[in-house]
Amino acid sequence: MEVFVQQLINGITLGSIYGLIAIGYTMVFGIIGMVNFAHGDVFMVSAFVALIALLILTTWLGMSSVALALLIVLVVAMVFTSLVNWVIERIAYRPLRGSFRLAPLISAIGMSIFLSNFVQVTQGPRNKPIPPLLRDVIVVMHGDYDVTVSYRQLIIWGVTAVLLAIFWYLVSKTALGRAQRACEQDQKMAALVGIDVDRTISITFVIGAALAAVAGTMYLMYYGVVSFSDGFVPGIKAFTAAVLGGIGSLPGAVIGGLLIGLIETMWSAYFSIDYKDVAAFSILAITLIFLPQGLLGRPEVEKV
Amino acid sequence: MSAPAAAPASTATVHVNIGRALKDTAITAAIAFALFLPLIGFKTVQNMRNELELETRLALLLTFVAIIAGAKLFVSLVIAPWRERRALNPAPTNATLAKAKTLLAHWFTPFALGFAVVYPILIFTVTGGTGALKWVDNFGIQILIYVMLGWGLNIVVGLAGLLDLGYVAFYAVGAYSYTLLAKEFGLSFWILLPLAGFLSAFWGVLLGFPVLRLRGDYLAIVTLAFGEIVRLILINWVSFTNGYAGISGIPRPTLFGIPFNANDDGFAATFGLEFSPIYRSMFLYYVILALALVTAYVTIRLRQLPVGRAWEALREDEIACRSLGINTTNTKLTAFAMGAMFAGFAGSFFAARQGFISPESFTFLESATILSIVVLGGMGSQIGVAVAAVAMIGGTEIMRDLDFLKYFFGSDFDPTQYRMLLFGFAMVLIMIWKPRGLVGTREPSAIYKERRTILGSHVKEGHG
Repeated sequence: MEVFVQQLINGITLGSIYGLIAIGYTMVFGIIGMVNFAHGDVFMVSAFVALIALLILTTWLGMSSVALALLIVLVVAMVFTSLVNWVIERIAYRPLRGSFRLAPLISAIGMSIFLSNFVQVTQGPRNKPIPPLLRDVIVVMHGDYDVTVSYRQLIIWGVTAVLLAIFWYLVSKTALGRAQRACEQDQKMAALVGIDVDRTISITFVIGAALAAVAGTMYLMYYGVVSFSDGFVPGIKAFTAAVLGGIGSLPGAVIGGLLIGLIETMWSAYFSIDYKDVAAFSILAITLIFLPQGLLGRPEVEKV
Repeated sequence: MSAPAAAPASTATVHVNIGRALKDTAITAAIAFALFLPLIGFKTVQNMRNELELETRLALLLTFVAIIAGAKLFVSLVIAPWRERRALNPAPTNATLAKAKTLLAHWFTPFALGFAVVYPILIFTVTGGTGALKWVDNFGIQILIYVMLGWGLNIVVGLAGLLDLGYVAFYAVGAYSYTLLAKEFGLSFWILLPLAGFLSAFWGVLLGFPVLRLRGDYLAIVTLAFGEIVRLILINWVSFTNGYAGISGIPRPTLFGIPFNANDDGFAATFGLEFSPIYRSMFLYYVILALALVTAYVTIRLRQLPVGRAWEALREDEIACRSLGINTTNTKLTAFAMGAMFAGFAGSFFAARQGFISPESFTFLESATILSIVVLGGMGSQIGVAVAAVAMIGGTEIMRDLDFLKYFFGSDFDPTQYRMLLFGFAMVLIMIWKPRGLVGTREPSAIYKERRTILGSHVKEGHG
């Protein structure tokens, strides 16, 4: 029982991170129908930006308040990562609208390889460990084995919940959100009624990157280590989450993220930790084959 | 279109707006500065106590920003006006140039083929025994393996239009089939080569069957997932594959039973030659050359058959294909199986040549490399893929030798780590600039003689 509750706590934490990344996939897919393969690497870049900002704050400026430092790091990472994704969209995806079907995906794969190797070349191939932040834990259940929630996990839950609320407000209540949903349905029609489609797509990429940056900062804080290759597997898992929840559906991405996080931690605890990535990849394949519209998605209609 | 006489007048209308160009450049420089500030401006290094410290690289950061700003300025002052001018008065078609191009296109293939055949002998006579080893092994064999893999993947991606991101899984199946069967049952390379190809094709069908109902991008992601699953199983099923440690001592191929070693019954002794490892390399070179040419030949022949035509039709428009009564599942499966089979051949050759395999050789990066060869070569073009493989793999090998660059960039500069960086960047550039690949057009294999105005590139799925 204790193991189960502990894994539940860990799984929700991991799932929050996946969910935040998955929103980036699902929004981009919703609006331009493209699998943004480089999104996982954008997440990795954001973790590096967060790492560098954290080092500047702690080692150079000698900031002692961890909470304030984390807040600043979060904002810095969000701003820089948004800029990175905005530039990527401008140079690698925008010129390809109207090109042949697989062109944006191939371009995104190229971008993904470029980003991870760029970080490898500029920051070195080794793992980058940081001293553990916020080690305190709260014991929530006593038993033969104490079930704990760490401050880090609480922060991740809190930040994820707050950002999702802001994000939900943005998409469902503002003019920007309406423009986005209009572009999702029909870009030509949206342009005819005066929506700047290019700008809306750019903003979609920026929002996706900002949420990925939150995930990147949380990832760095939670695991205390990051390396240039850390974008690939979390990226695929977040994509799995987006597919499982129903690609194009925003609540689906969050639910999918939580499910993937839970499945991964439970699998590691009860079956085999070596095969945890196999489990995630298998879910991806099985979902796409048997339930391509996902849990909350709309079935895809093929039109000529 | 303006007549040639009016050309000077229309040239005059293109004027360069210097103020605007400078403003654009300033904006670009500012964006580049912000973009590169965290990752190039700072470097994280571990100190003696294994703690991270920051170093600043202001000079490097400013160099990058200057290069990008300079490029932007050049584009807006020189290239953009030139393009505009060319759009206003298109250059007359140069007859001699066009003739030279057709001549080149006509003679390039036979010449390249002839060169590939005499290459090891040429190298051997020029450099002598030991010096030739590097050129035949690192350049010749290595490049030809990728040419073959490129041609194999070309069937799936270039002809059938199915983006396969897990191609390396079939390469791995071929390599492990050969290795395990050769080590367990002591069968020879020549028996196991077709068997490995068959097993890979079988896996191609097995993995292909469930996924082929999927749309382009989904198919790509699922093949990626399968590729990773295969690699993870190879890593974790230690009793079967020996995991990360890999398998060594794989038997080498023989020439009709004559091994390439220094023994009395070895190749050198049999033919009265002095023993040298170069003979084995030359032999392996011709084996992989033959395998690659078989791949190309089969592909070219298949393109003339109904199944090849169906592949190309499928690539252009799947819905139209189905309306015409083509069984898309079978068509896709044959493409998948053919591609997988050639990957299996290449894999078993790879295992036999290396004498050692481990899951490290079959990562996603390998799939990405092969895919970028196919993309750069122009999906569907045989000669293009070969040229791209020579440029990319040969380029990588040459980069290993560029020691003089260490003078400029310091002694810890390793040019090979820039390889994938350049590959990735090249993939993006090719998609933007020439989505049909570097090397020219891909000839339609259907027999219509007149050109048609509508190509696949003009038509998106679901539009017009």
